[in-house]
This record gives sequence, C-alpha cells and structure tokens, in this order.
Amino acid sequence: MSDLDKINSIFNAKIDSVKTKEDLQNIKTEFFGKNGQITRQFKTLGSLDPANRKEFASNLNKIKDDLANQIDQKDLELSNIEINEKLKNEKVDVTLPIRPYQQGKIHPVSQVIDEISSIFSEIGFSVAEGPDVETEYNNFTALNTPEDHPARDMHDTFYLEKNKKLLLRTHTSPVQIRTMLSGKPPFKIIVPGRTYRCDSDQTHAPMFHQLEGLHIDKDISMGHLKGCLDYFIKEFFEVKNVKMRFRPSHFPFTEPSAEVDIGYKIVNEKIIIGDGDKWLEILGCGMVHPNVLKNAKVDPKKYQGFAFGMGIDRLAMLKYGINDLRAFFETDYRWLSHFGFDPLDVPTNYRGLSK
Amino acid sequence: MIITLPWLKEHLKTNANEKEIIEKLTNIGLEVESVKENLDELGKFKIAKIIKAEKHPNADKLKVCDVNIGGKENFKVVCGAPNARDGLITIYAQPGAIIPKTKFELKIAKIRGVESIGMLCSESELNLSKESDGIIELKVKEKEIGKSYFKSKTAKIIDIAVTPNRPDCLGIRGIARDLSSTGIGKLTSLKKKKITQSSKHKIKVSIAKDKHQGCLAFGSCYIKNIENKESPEWLKNKLLSLGLKPISAVVDITNYVMFDLNRPLHAYDANKIDKEIIVRDSKEGEEFEALDNKKYKLKKKGMCVIADKSSILGLGGIIGGTKTSTEFDTKNILLESAYFLPSSIRKTSRELIIDTDAKYRFERGIDPKSITEGLEVATELILSICGGQASKFIITGKNSPKQKIIKFNINNFENLIGIPISINEAQKILASLGFNCKKGKKDLKVEIPSWRPDVNQDVDLIEELIRIKGFNNIKLVSPERKRENETLNFKQKLFHLSQRSLASKGYLEAVTWSFTDSEIDKQFSKGEKEVTIFNPISSDLDVLRRSIFSNLAIYLKKNQDRGYEDVSLFEIGPVFFGKNPGEQQIVVGALKSGKVGRKSWIEKERAVDVFDIKSDVIKTLIELGLLEQDLFISDNTKQCYHPGRSGSITLKSEKGPHLAFFGEIHPAITKKIDFKEPNIYGFEIFLKNIPEPNKKIRQTKKSFQPSDFQKSQRDFAFVIDKIFKIGLLEKIIKEIDPLIIQEVITFDVYEGENIPKDKKSVAINVTLQSKNKTLNEEDLDQISKRIIDTVKAKTGATIRS
Repeated sequence: MSDLDKINSIFNAKIDSVKTKEDLQNIKTEFFGKNGQITRQFKTLGSLDPANRKEFASNLNKIKDDLANQIDQKDLELSNIEINEKLKNEKVDVTLPIRPYQQGKIHPVSQVIDEISSIFSEIGFSVAEGPDVETEYNNFTALNTPEDHPARDMHDTFYLEKNKKLLLRTHTSPVQIRTMLSGKPPFKIIVPGRTYRCDSDQTHAPMFHQLEGLHIDKDISMGHLKGCLDYFIKEFFEVKNVKMRFRPSHFPFTEPSAEVDIGYKIVNEKIIIGDGDKWLEILGCGMVHPNVLKNAKVDPKKYQGFAFGMGIDRLAMLKYGINDLRAFFETDYRWLSHFGFDPLDVPTNYRGLSK
Repeated sequence: MIITLPWLKEHLKTNANEKEIIEKLTNIGLEVESVKENLDELGKFKIAKIIKAEKHPNADKLKVCDVNIGGKENFKVVCGAPNARDGLITIYAQPGAIIPKTKFELKIAKIRGVESIGMLCSESELNLSKESDGIIELKVKEKEIGKSYFKSKTAKIIDIAVTPNRPDCLGIRGIARDLSSTGIGKLTSLKKKKITQSSKHKIKVSIAKDKHQGCLAFGSCYIKNIENKESPEWLKNKLLSLGLKPISAVVDITNYVMFDLNRPLHAYDANKIDKEIIVRDSKEGEEFEALDNKKYKLKKKGMCVIADKSSILGLGGIIGGTKTSTEFDTKNILLESAYFLPSSIRKTSRELIIDTDAKYRFERGIDPKSITEGLEVATELILSICGGQASKFIITGKNSPKQKIIKFNINNFENLIGIPISINEAQKILASLGFNCKKGKKDLKVEIPSWRPDVNQDVDLIEELIRIKGFNNIKLVSPERKRENETLNFKQKLFHLSQRSLASKGYLEAVTWSFTDSEIDKQFSKGEKEVTIFNPISSDLDVLRRSIFSNLAIYLKKNQDRGYEDVSLFEIGPVFFGKNPGEQQIVVGALKSGKVGRKSWIEKERAVDVFDIKSDVIKTLIELGLLEQDLFISDNTKQCYHPGRSGSITLKSEKGPHLAFFGEIHPAITKKIDFKEPNIYGFEIFLKNIPEPNKKIRQTKKSFQPSDFQKSQRDFAFVIDKIFKIGLLEKIIKEIDPLIIQEVITFDVYEGENIPKDKKSVAINVTLQSKNKTLNEEDLDQISKRIIDTVKAKTGATIRS
C-alpha cells in the first residue's frame, strides 16, 4: 500500500465518524494543516526524482481534491443537520390569531350610488348635485307645484323658517331646475342625494336618498324613457330579463307620469327580482312638464325629455336583502360591518357590479 | 277613495269580474291599493236562534240563553234583554267581535258567576239604529241561521289611490266614466226624476264682494215640512258599505250624493238661520263650533265663512257648524250646493288643521257645473224619503265657468310618446272620457269637460290618450352606449376617493342625518351660527349640523354603550354654515376611539394617539392626490380639539388653503357627552379646499432618474429648545441641499436626565446621495458640518456630545 492509499484509508475511517463541525475541523487540520498529512506529502514532491514526480503529483492532487471534497460535503451535511436542529426549536403555532386590525367598510347607500353611477355612466349620464337646503320655489313652484297644489301635502316638508320660504329639499328634483338654469340643453344627468321629509316610522326615515334622472334633448320620447329604465333595472339587479310595468300616475312636474313596477317572487323567503306574479313599485317617472321647462328657461317647443326618481335606500334593501330602513342611519358597528362593502369592491362594468 | 263593486255597477254596465275591473283601474292610473272585506269583525256577527232562555241563577233581570248558530253545539250567553225568549232569531256576536257602538272587543266573561260566551245584540249596539230596548228580532228563515248577518249586505271595499289631479274620480260615477273609456263597460245614463218645486225660497243668500272671496257660486233650495228620520235600509247599507256611519236621512243623503257624484252638499236647519245667509270673509277673532265638536277661533281674515245675521254657521266647503245642524226634529232645511276656490279651501283648512271629505274634494276642484245637478238629486231624495215641499233653486254668484278648448295637434302625441295614434282613435278615447271633439285634418278641437280642471294643454290630452291606450303599447328605445361628458367632476371624484380611502384604513362608513341635536352640535361648533329647523321631527334633531362630528359622536357613544369601544367611524357629507341654499360644504369626518391592540397575545396594547389619527389624515390626503411635501402641519387648532394634541394641515404654507384638522377630541366634550371610553381622536378634511390641479398627475410627474451611486447615512443628535417644532427642524435640514439630502427621519426624541430642563434631544437620521458620484468621507464630513452649522445658526441647537 502506498502512502497515499494509507492516507486515504485513514481519512475514510475518520470522516465517517465525524459528528460535529469541531471533529471536521480536526480532520481538516490533520490532513490539510501546516503539518497535515496531505501537506506533508506535497512537501516531499521536491525530493522525488522527476520520473516519479509527475505521476505522484497527479495522484496526490487527485487525493487532495477528493478529500477536500469529502470535507466540504461533510461540512454541508453538518450545516444542514445544524439548521434543521435549530429550526426544530423555532416552531410556532401558526393557528394563533393575526395582529389585531380593523376592517373598514363602505356604507350600502354609497356602494349602491356607485353602482348606479357606473350603470348610467355607460349610457352617457353625468352626475349632478344640488344643495340640501332649497328654496320653496325650486322645490315646488318651479316644478309646477304651486302653493295651493294638493300634491304638496304628500311631501311632509321640513322648513327652516315660519314663512316656509326655505326648506330641506323633499326630493332631488330641484336639481333639475338648477341644472337647466345653469346650462344649455341637451341635459343628461343623474342626481343622487339626500332628501328629507318629516315623517318617521318603521318604513320611513326623516332623511333618505333619492336618485333623480333627467334627459332633455330635441327628440327624447317616452320610448327612450322606457328603454333607459329597462336597461337600468336589468343592469342594477344583474338579471337578463325583467318584467316591468308602467302604470299611469301623477306628478306635477311630469306629464304623462308613470309609476314603474317590476315583477318579483319570493323563493325560500328570498326576493327574486325580475320574474314572478307580484308587482313591486320602484320608481316614478314621466315626460318633463312643459311648465317645468319654461320655468327652467328651456323652450318646450324645441326641447323635450324625461325625468325619473327613485329611492336609493330601497334599491339597496331590495338588492342586498336588507329589511330595516331605519338601520341604514343608526350607525350600528355590527350592522355596518355586516352589510357594508369592502373598500376595494369598487363597482365597475367590466368586473361586474357586485361580487 | 273607496268604492264597492255593486255601487260602481250602478254607473257602469259591465260583465267584467272583480279581478278584471281591478286590473283595469290600476292600468289607467286609478291604482287599487287594497281590496278588503268590509269590516272584517262584522263577520263575527251571526244570525242565531235562542234555543232556550232561562232566568239567571244570581240575577233577576238577566237570562241565560242557549244560542245556536247552525252547528250542533249551543253557546251559553248571558243576556239582559227583556225580549230574549225561546225560539227568537236574533244576532249573536262571537267572542273577539268588536261591538260597533262601543268599539270594545268582546271577551268571554263571567257575569254574576255564569260564563257568557258572546253576546246577543240590540240595534243600537250594532249602530243600526238608536233602538236599545231589547235585542234585534229577525224575521228570517231557519236556514239563514249561522250565516253572517252583515256579509249579505256588504261588498268588498276597494281602496283606490286617486292622484291629486283627478278630483273627478272622488265620486263613484267619475271612476265608472274612466273605466267605460277602456271598453270594459258602458257608462249608464243618469235618470232624472221630475221634482215639484212649489214652495217659496225663504232664505236670502248673498256673496259678499270681499277681496279674497273664496266662494264663486252658492246654489240653494229651501225645503219645508220635512220629517227627518233614520235613512231607509238601502241608503244606510250604501253608506255602511263604504264604512261610513249613517246619521239621519238628510245628512246621509248629502253624503251619498258626495260619494256618488263627487258633489259635496250641506244642509242647514233653516229655522236656526238668523234671517239670511251671507257668504263672506272671516273677521279676525271670530269663533264658531264646528260639527266635529271643536271650537275654532279664526285668527285671520280671508277665510271663507257662511254666516247669518248674527254668527258664523260654517266654513264654506270645509265643515258646518253646530248652530244650524240638522237633527231628527228638523222641519225646514236649506240645502247648499256651492263652488269654492281650491286655493281658499286649502289655505283655510291648513291654517286651522281641518280635514274633511268635503274639503278634500273642494281643494282638488269640484265640477263647477254640478251645482244644479247636486241640488236636483239631493232634493229628489229628500222629498221622497222625508217628504216636504221644495222651493226653486236659487244660484247666487257666477255659475257659468268658461269653456276650455284645446286645439290639439295629433302629431304631438307621436313626438312625445314615440308611437302614433290615429285621429279616430284619439277622438274615440276622448269622447268616452267626456271630451267633445271636432275633427280637423290634423288636429282635434277638444272641449274640456268642466269636471277636468287638470286638463289645460296638449300634454294633458296626450296623457289621457296614452293612459287609456295603455302604457304597455309604448315601444322601448334602447339607450345608446355613448359617453360624451365625464361622469364625475373633480369634487365628486374626491368624495368617492375619500370614502374608499378611509374604509381602507379600517374606518366604517356611517350615513347619518343632516340634522342633529343642538346640545351636541354646540359642543363641536362653538361660535358658529346655529341653523334651526322650524318644524323638527323631534327636539333632539332640531338643527342642521354645523359639525360632521355631532352625529358621529352620538353614534360612537351608542356603539360604546353596546360594548364596542375600539371603533373607527367616518362620514362624508354636508355641514351647514347658514340657512341659505348653498351655505353648506362637504366635510370628511372621522372618529377613532379606544385602544390599538386590545387583548392581543402579540401586540402591546396602547391607547389610540394623535399620531395614529395624523397618519390616517395624511395618508388620506396623499391618496386624494396631494403631495406629502405640500402638506403644511401646524398646531393651529380649534375649540373642539385638545389644545395640546391637535393640529391643522394647510396647503404649502401656514396661510395656504385649509385642508384638515386632526387631534384628540377635547376632554371637556367627551366628559359632557359621557363616553364610556373617552380616548377619542378625530379629523376633518375640507374637500372644497383641495384645489383641482391644472394637469393630471401623469402629466406633471418628473422623469425617473435614479442615482447609480452609493447612498450614505449619518445620524445627528441635537439638543434643542423644548418648544422648537421638529417639523420645522426637519424642513431646515432638508433645505440645506435638496440634491444631496434625500431623506430626513427623526428617530428619537428625549427629554429628561442629562438634558437641560427647557431642552430636548432629537436624534435625526439623514440619507445622503449624489447623482454624480459616490460621496467620499470628505464629502460626507463637509455636508455633515453644513447640517450642524445651519441647524445651530437657525435654531440655536447644539450637537449632543
């Protein structure tokens, strides 16, 4: 057995019994240290005769590489054992709760306003607004509801003064007047907003939300009104077909006027919109009365169009199965968390209105 | 307006059934709100037979009757009527029935120790008459026993929501006319019976020439020698069928004519009239007692009153007075059929808060031509029921209203509705509604009937036509998917963004009333003018809110009281600074209470603090499009915040547009409102002060030029005056060399040991990086020296050794 073979077999015996990095370091020193067995062999190279030197050197290098490799290998092995050993002690219970956080929510009324705006945006309506405090003129008189008109009784109005000249708007319709007075036709707007009536019980709140729509142009007919609402209702309730009924009614500011009912049925105590043999009244609409156009300085001989109004809160209740209107405004932490919407849940047409 | 089918069918000849009629009514705009069995509880009144009547064991005047209502079982009923006897057929009220006279619900009760199941009824108890001596004696066949007594006589009540433009449909005939135009039946013609008008009209009537005279015409008939009595069965049943109470023949007849023909009438006891009738304006302070047994003091002039020589007899068209009310012993009457102006009726009734069937009709507009017809029908009925002799009718005032005529261009129909109508069809529909039409080539000359005050122009006729033709015939035109204008303007986008922004920071969005409790609002809005509501719904919702915090605070407290103490709420909505339209602004308001990390196994629990709220408000403003370096923070604050733990944010400089307040809610307020968890912070953002940028962000963004050279960091510890604002210190450092100094972060503030009492130590980390080279030690030393020197010069701070 040559010296090299001896070294090799000694090494092999030793490396197998290595348990720690310290053992490994000792072996490293024993073979590769200043006086290590391999190092010593290298030192003999110079004294060899040239004929043998080449072969010996070649063998020595081979063995050196081999042993070094084995040491690296062992080192890696030991490192892995060491890490695994360490990680064993680092195990945590991942079922423990996360850091406390508060989940914010968007109010159903806001969400539904966003949905509605998105729907009407597609067909070219812009959002308009007006003040909550209105003049008696804008809220009633300009809308063809003069002082002695009995329709005023249907609006339980909050007044700011005894002379009843200033009031909290009872509907969003005065924004029709403001919009038309401040611009030139055509007009194509929706007006979501707060409205007020001094009426409060289980199904009425002194404040609620209305959506007004107004489309005035040269040739807008009741057929357009029907088409617009048919489109809106299908989009809003996210159904392909909807049974819809126009019923003659009366609003001083439109003529002809109609109330719109949609078909529904109750399945497993849940309301299904669009189909069924029951009717649900959801909005009022009509062709804008020529007197209103005149009051808003629009020539009724040249322009005509439609207007509609609906209860936003009620639409939200229908779509999202909310029973109690009063709860909308009671700011109960639990209710808001339950019915509220995730802030990232922004209604869009391409993604779909609701999750 | 309530009707019954049998009554309707007196005016409409039709084979249609109830369902068809109801559907038609709704389709032509006479929305049927409900169809109900008339007086449900009356079904509990059965025709019954007394099998056996025995003396009550404990009472002399009472009997115990075995009553049979058709079944095998008999009921024991205690009865005090002297006529209760074996074999008598009478009316039995079951337990649960509501006795019409007393309105009490009948219960099973022990009477003198004997249990009585139900009751046997007298006529007076059922409001059939005033007869109260004994129980009703019916002469009906045995097979009727067990049937409901009332049901055979009453039809279902159909309740129709008549819109305010249709006074003509406040009479059953008007409804029949509308229905007839749909082709469902034929309007019957009214039969006129001839009446003898032989006696003299003994009461002079005059209408005073007052400035605001509310009465245009006053028709009357004097009828003498009548015998007022209970109405005959048919008339009583008619009124009962609508749920009305029969009173006496004269009163019942006037009511009947009102509901049948929409012609309100009034009957005066002529003997109680002092000489003559004067229709005039009220005088201030006049008083009278009305038929509702209330005394009214007329505070104002301008109310239309019917008076005699000495006093007021009634409010014209609204309510009569007790002075001249007809009684059973009334012998001579004056029958009134008048026309009052809707506006006058409305004004008076609103002022005095009176609502009557007559007022309801007059304020909507009665057919001015119905004066004579009303007198005719009522006089004929009175003569036939009560006897007596009638005078000629005298109509005082103007009784010839102007005939309205519309020249109607038939093409206007298609222009507005979208589908055509032929001139023949239009004429047919209008004629069936009572409009006389003369046909031209393209137009119709339409005479508007006097009972249609709502029809004044083309559109009104178009409405009539499409209403009858059917809205379902309108073809819908699908909307074009085209957008020419932006959907939201800048402010609306801000509104929308702030909602999403705050909700994403853990706040729940609230929507609360625009009005609030003045007591709470005062706390948050000291020094600002209050905007009160004249007629608030309750005393704790009496003002328009001046602060967005008022309602949020009220509801935050409610949530805390329910046991939720760590709550973050926000609302975006109007607050008001004046009572005129537009004196309002949209404010984003948020409140955050309690603790962070409450009951957490991992986080250290701590109270919410001003830097939590500051962080939320600043992040929100950045999300709304503002640049962080443009947000100028100062400790200018307002009264509702803790003076030391609050601040405000303005744009670019202290004098820039005011963007927000933030801070701890003033402890005096949280104490006053009595919060369970008084650690409350809030902020307000004033959206209107956020300027609309001229350019979109993408247009103003600089090109991206990162430095390729090494960045370095240096820490400095300054000892500086305690009151010196660190925000300013950071700003001073940043401005020394903005090209090199990339970031300045304060990472420690220390006061206490080793630091002079009026000083604090501030540790600041500065990031240095050049775009041109890697800064070497020499460069870094140089800039550090500049930082130290500048800070020293500008603030007096020393570097901490």
